Amino acid sequence: MRYQFKTSYDRDIDLFGDAAQRNWYLALLAVLCAAPLVLEQFWLGELSYVFILSIAAVGLMLLTGYTGQVSLCHGAFLGIGAYAYAVLLQRGVPFFVAAPLASLITAGVGAAIGFPALRLVGIYLAMATLAFNFIVEYVFVHWDSVTGGFSGFAVPQPTVFGYSIVDYPLFYYLTLAALLFALFVANNIMRAPTGRALIALRDSEVAAQSMGVKLTRYKTISFALSAGLTGFAGAFFAHKIGYLAPDAFGILLSIQLLLMVVVGGLGSFRGAIFGALFVGALPSVIALLRDFLPQSVARQPGLEPGLFGLILIGFILFEPHGIEGRWRKLRLFFSQFPMYRVATFKKQKSFTKSERFR
Amino acid sequence: MIALEARELALHFGGIKAVDGISFQVPERSVFTLIGPNGAGKTTVFNLISRIYEPTAGRLIFEGRDITTVPPHDIARRGIARTFQNIELFENATVLQNLLLGRHAHAAGNVVAELMFLPGVRRREIAHREAVERVIDFLNLEPHRDTLISGLSYGVRKIVELGRALCTEPRLLLLDEPSSGLNPEETDDLVFWIQDIRDILGITVLMVEHDMGLVSKVSDHVLALNHGQVIASGTPGAVKSDPQVVKAYLGG
Repeated sequence: MRYQFKTSYDRDIDLFGDAAQRNWYLALLAVLCAAPLVLEQFWLGELSYVFILSIAAVGLMLLTGYTGQVSLCHGAFLGIGAYAYAVLLQRGVPFFVAAPLASLITAGVGAAIGFPALRLVGIYLAMATLAFNFIVEYVFVHWDSVTGGFSGFAVPQPTVFGYSIVDYPLFYYLTLAALLFALFVANNIMRAPTGRALIALRDSEVAAQSMGVKLTRYKTISFALSAGLTGFAGAFFAHKIGYLAPDAFGILLSIQLLLMVVVGGLGSFRGAIFGALFVGALPSVIALLRDFLPQSVARQPGLEPGLFGLILIGFILFEPHGIEGRWRKLRLFFSQFPMYRVATFKKQKSFTKSERFR
Repeated sequence: MIALEARELALHFGGIKAVDGISFQVPERSVFTLIGPNGAGKTTVFNLISRIYEPTAGRLIFEGRDITTVPPHDIARRGIARTFQNIELFENATVLQNLLLGRHAHAAGNVVAELMFLPGVRRREIAHREAVERVIDFLNLEPHRDTLISGLSYGVRKIVELGRALCTEPRLLLLDEPSSGLNPEETDDLVFWIQDIRDILGITVLMVEHDMGLVSKVSDHVLALNHGQVIASGTPGAVKSDPQVVKAYLGG
C-alpha cells in the first residue's frame, strides 16, 4: 500500500500528491501529444470534441459539483461563448484575443444571471436557469444583425501560426492546450481560499456565513468562473461545428452537460473529464451498435436520448458517485489487494440535521 | 472589561416572544453560560449574536462597538466565532479543509491571483496552514487531519467544529451545547479544553449547556432563561439553588 508522506506544507498545496501521480499524468500527456502520429484525422476530431466538452464540463463541475448549484443553462453559456467568439472573429479580432474575450463576456453574463439566482436553491434554481436557456436561444434567433437569425452564419477560420485553425493536428493541439489551461485554472481556484469557500457554501450555508463567507459574493464568483470556462469552450466548439445556428445550443445540450458531471461524478474535475469522454463517445458507440441490433430496434428514432436517460438512471441508482467513484474503488482495490474490504465505501449512517436555517 | 453586552435584546416571531428583552454583560476572559429548559430562547440568543436573526429590539455591543446591524458574514472578522447545536461541518471535505475554512475571515481573496496561483497566494496558504496546525496541536486532532468528516465519529466532529471556530482566532467563542452527544470521558476532556481556551488562549467563552456538571466545573457566571426572560443570574452554585430556576425545570 502506498502512503503519501508529507514533509512540508508545500507538498499539501502542490497540484500533484506525489511524484508517482505527477509522472502518470505526464505519461498520459505524452501519449496525447503523440496521438497525431498514429491516429487518423477522424479520431483526432473526436478527441478534440471530447477536450472541448471537457472544458465545459469542468466549468459546470465548478458550479454544480463544488458549489452545489444546479444549472440547466450551460448550453446557453457555451452558445454565448461561441457566438461572441465568432462575431469577434468576423470583426477581424485575432484568435488569441477573441477566445479570452469571449470567455470574459460569458463570465460577465454568468455573473449577471448568477446575481438574481442567488436566492434560489434546488429545483427553483433549475427552473430559473432553464428559463434563461430559452431566453438566450430566443436572443440568438431574433438578434438578426449580429447572430444571423435562425439561419445563422459560418464561423470564420483564422490562421494561427501560419495554418488555418481548423487544420489537424493544429486544432487538436489547441484544444488540448485549452483543456490543460482550464484544468490548471480550475484546480488553482479549488486549492485557494475561494475554492474552500465554494465547498463550504455547498455543504452548509449557515456555517459558511458564520465563518465569514459572504454568500452573494461567492455564488456570483462561482457562476462567473463557471460561465467563463464554458464560454472558453464555446470558442473551440464554434470551430468544431463550423456553422452557428441557434438550435445547436438548446436545452438538450444543457442536459447533456449536466449528464456529464453527474455520470462523471460530482465533486471532481477528473470526473468531469470522465463524463465528457463518456457522453462525447456515446453517440459514436451507439452508431456502431446500430449495425449489430435488429432492424426494428436500430431504426427507432429515440434510441440515443433513450439510452442517455437509461444510463443516467442506472448511475443514480447504482453508482451515485459516478465514474470517478468507480475509479476510486478500482484504484483502492489494486493498491490494497488482497486486503480490500467491500465495506470501505459503504455509506455511513448520517446524523440527523433537525435544525437548519436555510 | 466587558467583552459582550446585550441591552434589552428582543426577538418576536409574530406573537411568540422567543427572546423578550434580556440584558446581560459577559466579562472578558470568562466562561459565561446560558441555561434554561427547552424553548427558553438560548439558541435564539446565539443566533442573534451571530446575526442569523434580526432582533426586534435591543442592542448588541461587542468590545464597545455596536454590532446590531453588522452583516452575518462580517461577524467572524470582528472576532466572534461559533459552533452549532447540531454540527454544521462541511461533510464532504477533510478535517484540514474544514479548519482552513475557519481561516476564511483572514484570507483576503484576490480571485485573479488565485486563478494563477501566484507566489503570494502560496505564501498566505502556508501561513494559514501554520495557524491551523497550532489548533490541530491544541486539540490533538493529528490522527484525523486528512479524514473526511463523513467518516468521523460524532465526538470527533464536535471537536473539529470547536477547532474550526478557534481557527478564526476569535476573542469571543460561542459554544452551542458543546457536550451534547459526547460520552462522559469526552465531556471531561471538554472541561479542560474550555478552561485552556479561556486561560491559555485568553478567549471569552459564551456557551449554552444542559450538563450541569460541566456548567458547574467551568462557568464563571451563569444566566438562567425561561420563556425568553432572565430568571436568575450569578455563580453556578447560586443559580442552581435559585427557587425560580428549580421551578422552571421541575414545574410546580
